[in-house]
Amino acid sequence: MINLETPKKHRALISQAHQVAMNVLRANSRKYDAHEHEYPVELDMLAAMIDGLSASGQSEGAGAKGVRRSEAGDVGKVKNAANMASVLSIQEMCWGDVGLLLSMPRQGLGNSAIASVANEEQHERFDGLWAGMAITEPGCGSDSANIQTTAVLDGDEYVINGEKIFVTAGDRCDAVVVWATLDKSLGRAAIKSFVVPKGTDGMTVERLEHKLGIRSSDTATIRFENCRVPKDNLLGSPDIDTKQGFAGAMATFDNTRPLVASMAVGCARASLDLTRDLLAEAGVEIDYDRPANVQTAAAAAYLQMEADWEAAHLLTLQAAWMADNSKANSLEASMAKAKAGRVGSDITLRCVELCGTVGYSEQDLLEKWARDSKILDIFEGTQQIQQLIVARRILGKTSADLK
Amino acid sequence: MSSTPSNTQRRRGLAATEKADPIGLAIAALNRLSQSSLLDRFGLRKTAEDVVYNATKSGFRGVGAVSRQFARAGKRGSGKRVPSAKRTGVFDLTPSEDEQMLVDVVTEYAEEVLRPAAADANEACEAPQDVLKASLEIGLPILGVSEELEGIATERSTVAGVLVAEALAQGDMGLAVATLAPGAVSTALSLWGSDEQQATYLPAFTGDDVPAAALALAEPRPLFDPLSLETKAVRRGDGFVLDGVKSGVPRGHDAELFLVGAELDGEPQLFLVESSTDGVTIENDPSMGVRAAGISRLVLEGVEVASIAPLGDAATYRDAVRLARLGWCALAVGTSQAVLDYVVPYVNERQAFGEPISNRQSVAFMVANIAIELQSMRLLTYKAAARAAQGKSFDREVALARKLCTEKGMQIGLDGVQLLGGHGYVKEHPVERWYRDLRAIGVMEGGVLV
Repeated sequence: MINLETPKKHRALISQAHQVAMNVLRANSRKYDAHEHEYPVELDMLAAMIDGLSASGQSEGAGAKGVRRSEAGDVGKVKNAANMASVLSIQEMCWGDVGLLLSMPRQGLGNSAIASVANEEQHERFDGLWAGMAITEPGCGSDSANIQTTAVLDGDEYVINGEKIFVTAGDRCDAVVVWATLDKSLGRAAIKSFVVPKGTDGMTVERLEHKLGIRSSDTATIRFENCRVPKDNLLGSPDIDTKQGFAGAMATFDNTRPLVASMAVGCARASLDLTRDLLAEAGVEIDYDRPANVQTAAAAAYLQMEADWEAAHLLTLQAAWMADNSKANSLEASMAKAKAGRVGSDITLRCVELCGTVGYSEQDLLEKWARDSKILDIFEGTQQIQQLIVARRILGKTSADLK
Repeated sequence: MSSTPSNTQRRRGLAATEKADPIGLAIAALNRLSQSSLLDRFGLRKTAEDVVYNATKSGFRGVGAVSRQFARAGKRGSGKRVPSAKRTGVFDLTPSEDEQMLVDVVTEYAEEVLRPAAADANEACEAPQDVLKASLEIGLPILGVSEELEGIATERSTVAGVLVAEALAQGDMGLAVATLAPGAVSTALSLWGSDEQQATYLPAFTGDDVPAAALALAEPRPLFDPLSLETKAVRRGDGFVLDGVKSGVPRGHDAELFLVGAELDGEPQLFLVESSTDGVTIENDPSMGVRAAGISRLVLEGVEVASIAPLGDAATYRDAVRLARLGWCALAVGTSQAVLDYVVPYVNERQAFGEPISNRQSVAFMVANIAIELQSMRLLTYKAAARAAQGKSFDREVALARKLCTEKGMQIGLDGVQLLGGHGYVKEHPVERWYRDLRAIGVMEGGVLV
């Protein structure tokens, strides 16, 4: 039965996340924006609490690991499960602060990657690790099939060589999931992901970036020089299946893109909520029944932003709902990421404009959200990459046809 | 019959500041002359086309259709109501089995009946009789009417209404509006009618000979706001007298019953007006698109109606405005889906520079964005519909759906033409019609109701 309301079973979780976002994340937002690279100690306590909630089952499976797809389930019964819980709670947390959400111990994108593709043994072995994700290299970004980092099997170990940049939580995490090629001549099918624990010989965190936004989240450059990991740290199958191609590695993205979309949705909501308040103080009320064109320009702008926001929100829930119900959601995940990414920037920037110097000033957070939101239209696949994916699906094109 | 247009002055697209000087007038005369010789040269003034000419001619007036006798029945007091849909608390995008079956039937009708009839109906500015007859067989006018009143709704049917409007508009928006127009009035009667109103008017809709009917909310002026009406109702004795001009009225010439928005005691209010009442005049108002719906103006001059006429109150009037807007959102989704389904094979087959044009990002990304925004429009529309069906507030959700459908729907119409290039601009392809139709979203008020 068609119903697009927030699931009833997740409302308690959302309100809990909202309280945490308000009382912990917002309270520290400006502090860690101003003190880039300082470790947000406040998050350790929070992470412990989240682990506790997770163990007790109260978190409905939400979190970075919530994207793991279960095999079983009642056939024919519609489910609102861990994927839905994850996007909803991440949205609330990012209403609090995107950078701090990205700094939550044990909630890294690497954790989602492990949850998506690890076998049961690995799933258990890497449980409790805080895992970052290392894909991008100095010479390759969106064309991730072109990565130069290599992994060569030597006895029971893979030897990894290469340089990774833009590793979120790369300094603070316990391990990184590294994309490397087993054989450059075999193209994308030879790209595999490896869990490399921190402290492994040959792995060096070289430096941290200074960024436009999400400054509380550390972004590292990591170098691998003859870095050896057990061969069981390869996630998924070691076979190079040229037919399946990139699909295995890319499956992670079907799960993580809705999460990043929900970050943009949460951040944009923060801007909308505050802007609505500030506009009301300035005497502008939003009327949902009167045509936008007979209201003030500010009210009309607000209505348009809220409509776009609602679209991004619902596309994200759709993608998560499909994952929870074992439906292929590659197209819908990219649609959600594309819409949420661009709408996130549009809304946060326009809110600054509407609120004038109040929006632009560091005395409040609108300017910060307008900086934070930009990354969400870039990482986990840029706007343009999402459009490519959607276009190829809709038009029935291969990556060779539509480059 | 006269051809004097109602209240508004013809501007020919000119703002009031434009004053014609002698040279301007000479050019205008020359223009008229060349037009007429052009018409004569190609023999376009054939008598056979007089019918079409009159039907499509702006300002062609006539009295309202002779309405049947709606025999008074029932008593004062509340009518029968359908219950709200149940609240499952589960996020779900799957239609119920009933809804899916209905959508399958309507989709077939849209593909096999509406789409082939669309181009001619657009020219004629009316829906063919057999098309309308078939729509009755599907039960469109009674979809929103309670089972207890001989309709087919066992619970509030907003979601089904939205799914049906979407499926119809995938065939053709103009014909969709023509077939949905009577249902707007019967659904309103089911939702808000008194026992007397339901007993008097609904049997005609649930019987075999369903009357044309129309929900008339819009008025012809810039920045029209349905909450501030210039059509006025004043009390006289037990009844009311209505004066004003309504626009965007589907099937005005054959409608036997109108549901008209008018201001009473400073509040907007719906009134039932039978078409044969003295003072009711219908005027053709062919517009940019949705032409098959026979868009008209309804001129009310000292129209006296009895105490049975007012339907609902100011609060239900607001709901009517919202549910009409939601219907237009669903129509936008359907027509936008038609655009997407049409451009995909076209851009894949059309060759330029030695390969399909869809191999280029500038083309492919336009298609991707059509798909993304179309799904956005659909989800917002469904959300609002589900809330309305469940008896929750839906003012915000309708406003957001309408805003998105207005902007993105038009963009999709625009891109549909652009993707076909010059071929999109000519009537060999339907995209130019969809472009005109999609401009109706955000403009139209009333006409449909889900």
